[in-house]
Amino acid sequence: MTTAPSATAPQKRSFTSAASVYVNERTSIAGFVKELGRKAFPDHWSFLLGEVALFSFVVVLISGTFLTFFFQASMVEVHYDGSYVPLKGVEMSVAMASTLDISFDIRGGLFVRQMHHWAALLFVAAIGLHMLRIFFTGAFRKPRELNWVIGFILFILAMAEGFTGYSLPDDLLSGNGLRIIDGMVKGIPLIGTWTSFLLFGGEFPGTQIVGRLYTLHILLLPALVVALVALHLVFVVVHKHTQYAGPGKTQQNAVGPPILPIYAAKAGGFFFIVFGVLALIASMFTINPIWNYGPYDPSPVSAGTQPDWYIGFADGALRLIPPGWEFVWLDRTWSFNILVPLIVIGIFIVTVLIYPFIEAWVKGDKREHHIADRPRNAPTRTAIGAAGVTFYAGLWAAASSDILATHFSLTMEGVIHALQAVVILGPFVAYFITKRVCIALQKKDREIVLHGYESGRIVKLPGGEFIEVHQPLDEYDRWKLVSYESYAPLMIRPNARGKITVGQRLRASFSRWFFEDRIAPVSKGELESGHDTHH
Amino acid sequence: MAQDDHSGAELAAADSSHAAHDTAVSPGTAVITADSFENPGFPPHRPRVTDENPKREKRAQRTVYTLFYLSILGSVWAIAAYMLFPMESNDVGAVRLNNMFFGLGATLALLAIGFGVVHWGKAIMADVELVDERHPIGGSPETQAAAVKVFADADRESGFTRRAAIRNSLIGALLVFPLPAIVLFRGFAPQDQMPVELLSHTMWKKGTRLALDPSGVPIKAADVTIGSAFHVIPEGLQDLEHGKLEEKAKAAVLLMRLEPSELNPAPGKENWAYEGIVAYSKICTHVGCPVALYEQHTHHLLCPCHQSQFDVANNCEVIFGPAARPLPQLAIEVDDEGYLVAQHDFTEPVGPSFWERN
Amino acid sequence: MTRQKRRTGRRHPLATVALLALGLVFTGGAYAALSNGTTAQAEVDPNSQQTIEEGKKLFQANCATCHGLSAQGTDEGPSLIGVGAAAVDFQVGTGRMPMQMQGPQAQQKPVQFTDEQIQQLAYYVASLGPGPDIPSDHLVNGGGDAANGAELFRINCAMCHNVAGAGGALTEGKFAPPLTDVSGVHIYEAMVTGPQNMPVFNDLNISPEDKRDVITYLKYLQDNRSPGGIELGSLGPVAEGLFIWIFGLGAIVAITVWITAKSN
Repeated sequence: MTTAPSATAPQKRSFTSAASVYVNERTSIAGFVKELGRKAFPDHWSFLLGEVALFSFVVVLISGTFLTFFFQASMVEVHYDGSYVPLKGVEMSVAMASTLDISFDIRGGLFVRQMHHWAALLFVAAIGLHMLRIFFTGAFRKPRELNWVIGFILFILAMAEGFTGYSLPDDLLSGNGLRIIDGMVKGIPLIGTWTSFLLFGGEFPGTQIVGRLYTLHILLLPALVVALVALHLVFVVVHKHTQYAGPGKTQQNAVGPPILPIYAAKAGGFFFIVFGVLALIASMFTINPIWNYGPYDPSPVSAGTQPDWYIGFADGALRLIPPGWEFVWLDRTWSFNILVPLIVIGIFIVTVLIYPFIEAWVKGDKREHHIADRPRNAPTRTAIGAAGVTFYAGLWAAASSDILATHFSLTMEGVIHALQAVVILGPFVAYFITKRVCIALQKKDREIVLHGYESGRIVKLPGGEFIEVHQPLDEYDRWKLVSYESYAPLMIRPNARGKITVGQRLRASFSRWFFEDRIAPVSKGELESGHDTHH
Repeated sequence: MAQDDHSGAELAAADSSHAAHDTAVSPGTAVITADSFENPGFPPHRPRVTDENPKREKRAQRTVYTLFYLSILGSVWAIAAYMLFPMESNDVGAVRLNNMFFGLGATLALLAIGFGVVHWGKAIMADVELVDERHPIGGSPETQAAAVKVFADADRESGFTRRAAIRNSLIGALLVFPLPAIVLFRGFAPQDQMPVELLSHTMWKKGTRLALDPSGVPIKAADVTIGSAFHVIPEGLQDLEHGKLEEKAKAAVLLMRLEPSELNPAPGKENWAYEGIVAYSKICTHVGCPVALYEQHTHHLLCPCHQSQFDVANNCEVIFGPAARPLPQLAIEVDDEGYLVAQHDFTEPVGPSFWERN
Repeated sequence: MTRQKRRTGRRHPLATVALLALGLVFTGGAYAALSNGTTAQAEVDPNSQQTIEEGKKLFQANCATCHGLSAQGTDEGPSLIGVGAAAVDFQVGTGRMPMQMQGPQAQQKPVQFTDEQIQQLAYYVASLGPGPDIPSDHLVNGGGDAANGAELFRINCAMCHNVAGAGGALTEGKFAPPLTDVSGVHIYEAMVTGPQNMPVFNDLNISPEDKRDVITYLKYLQDNRSPGGIELGSLGPVAEGLFIWIFGLGAIVAITVWITAKSN
């Protein structure tokens, strides 16, 4: 112990070890590496969806930084003098002209612009898919409820980032998008008119909005996103990743390849793959051809004016309202054709946001959960999710009602009426079907555990009877099918003061709704007695 | 080569669900049976082909470094493409080539690194699986108690709970201090303007000629033949120094001519049309998109944003879609020289509804 | 292991990439084929009695059922007196007439007549009453100002036909057709005659030179493919959103499955 380090290590000190020693002695990073470097990271394709979001966000940051060097967020009118012939001499804002210059006069500029936009679309899409994975596997349960909330806020922020970015070029499409926002804001009671007036810095469209959205887009919103992403990832480290049920996997362990080197290789390589796929799309596929749309002008509009996909559900909600939902009452205008979509979407968003807390309250389960559910083993949750997805998809489809009409030779009125039905009735149908399917799958799992797989081999018994041979499961496969817990409906009991509270009754009715048709996993006893009775 | 840090046996005894540190915690309505299966522990390790067959390992190695070399090639290609495909002025074809070839080079550079590294991780790096133990997220009871003590000490030393007068006045101050910031928002729009007043008037006034968008050429009644649709702005709009788009956003009008017999003017508006020529605001009463899709036989106007439909023959009443109010009509007549002119401004605010509108 | 459950399909590491590339190429191919329609002007003397006689015969054989024996119109079809040669050339020259069946609007079909027959029909109808004529070549050859044309197109046409001429929906199943392969002559004729529910854009609304500019812009769009790459039908954000979900995220999910699958 008394030997000086120089005595033991002078022979070979590679550059990397020297460098790491240098860094460590100034940062104390060794503890961090020791703690994290050999952490096990459970491996499953669906665990990489969040990474897709993260990586596309990195691509958005990189490409966006390049764009800021050329984009000018000004609404001063100029006459376009760039390379695109059909816009030469046309009056437009500096924002639009500089975006055209990025596209036509800066080599590689169009590539970066398209990559930025495609990456933004992918960013939000990946968040969406990631959230669906978390929801359907119950990975939001204790201790991860807060991380669900953070993730959900990130989803909202990503949409805000997307919309502010979509509006920056000041082209005809985005200008009409802002016009719609202006109209919606004006429809809000009491504060709407003034909010719109202040937001646009006077009358619509004004000369301020692009600059203001630009500040939000490149400063405030990205700062929030980066901060929340960091927090989100800290929580992933603190909680350790969930894992699917499997032999050897328990609530007390995390099983998987180590962060260093395998996970780092896979994740690092995956970053380049996501980046590469975006580069491929950007080099081959046009996105947002602002040169077709031309500069914003309040008089023209293009057929097929739609927002980017992630705002589609809100646009669709506006489209589905029947005529006449607006009244003058108390000498003021109540625009229910705008309020109803806003309120319905608001309720939907808040419900998704607080769902983990609702489920926790219904179950009363205070334990930590680190094994992700198979969706079928939580039939009610899965059915609620399917209902939500149907509702969202109905609104989303409504945003393309005109394109659905032209491409499937339908009438737009028919499409809208059908989607009104989908949005209102669809969730119930989806709920019912999904719940039945889940329960059927659970029953099939029980069947397989009890009687084995159908082997497809038919044998003739001595008595002349034909039976199919069932092959029993091995214990590892069986474990995947039996290692879940079911919940029983809550029994109402009087509390300490002998009273049954309203909250209790409510919780009990929720609990009945959630768990009345529960299918319990096969127990050892069942399997044994099953074997006894079987043939 | 493959190695396992764990063996199946050691975990076989481990409890199936929530054990040890969780026993004190309520499982809620979860059904816990004593008769459940036990975790069988890890299944035997299955080696990869590259673990067993040195030839396959060699091949994987070759694939990986070939991919990395390909990536270098892709980068070189992208740089070359940047120079070989300049963006000639006025030629979109050149832009297309530049975008595509530069992009494909970058794509190769990125994808080859990505697939190479992942393949390295999958096929060559040791096939290790680790088992980490999880600890309760809340930490040990001692840590929790220590944290509680920190707060208790801080509270005692500061008197935060005890000195209620100090605390409550601070809370009050903290609640009020952001209010001045709200006032600052008034400066987001010109201080001398009020939104409701601006929304209530447009550029149209008595005698303003209807002019073609965008040229500003005034329109004669005789120019407007049956079945026509003219996109109209007030004469003089194009000469405005400031606020051109703001005025246009309120004043844009669509001019159509129907057979006079097909029109059913509302009471009091019988003379707002001129020989079957009608002018309606182009700004949708829903959320403000230009309603400009005119069908000359059905006389329907359609908004392309949210599919509201208006019937021109019946005062532009809403016949479908989310809009609630008819499009405001601009009363028109003909001046001495035969040009179409406005009789007066719109009699109601155009465009989307707002709170103070009545 | 009593049962071999896991798939041991052999997948080359680059198979996913190849598959992705292939998928992208095929989608692109679907949009790649754009043809430029042009109508050759057959040599037919518009005023000769013979032309008009021939046209009348053709009319009575093919059109009179709906439009009446002397084009005065019936319950089935409107009067054609005064619609001019341009209307006939457009309706018949794009295959919309003769109509196969009543519907929300006349559909484009393979053209039923030769260019010569179409002109004979057109001049017969033109002889019945004055109306817009078939435009002369200099107005439709695309030699005008594309920038002016683009602005006029955005103001007067884009709300129905889409800024890129990709077409759009109208009420009750009607639609504004795509303009991506319509010839200059037909575009001109559509503007002056207002076929179906399209409004009329007479020469005092959009002057002949302005019409030429609009055609110049549309020809520019037809001749120059998008600098950004494959256009995805020029349908805007809907097509872009579907593309990123199905092909972008779809490809990436396929790759995640490869990344986390056990190497073999």
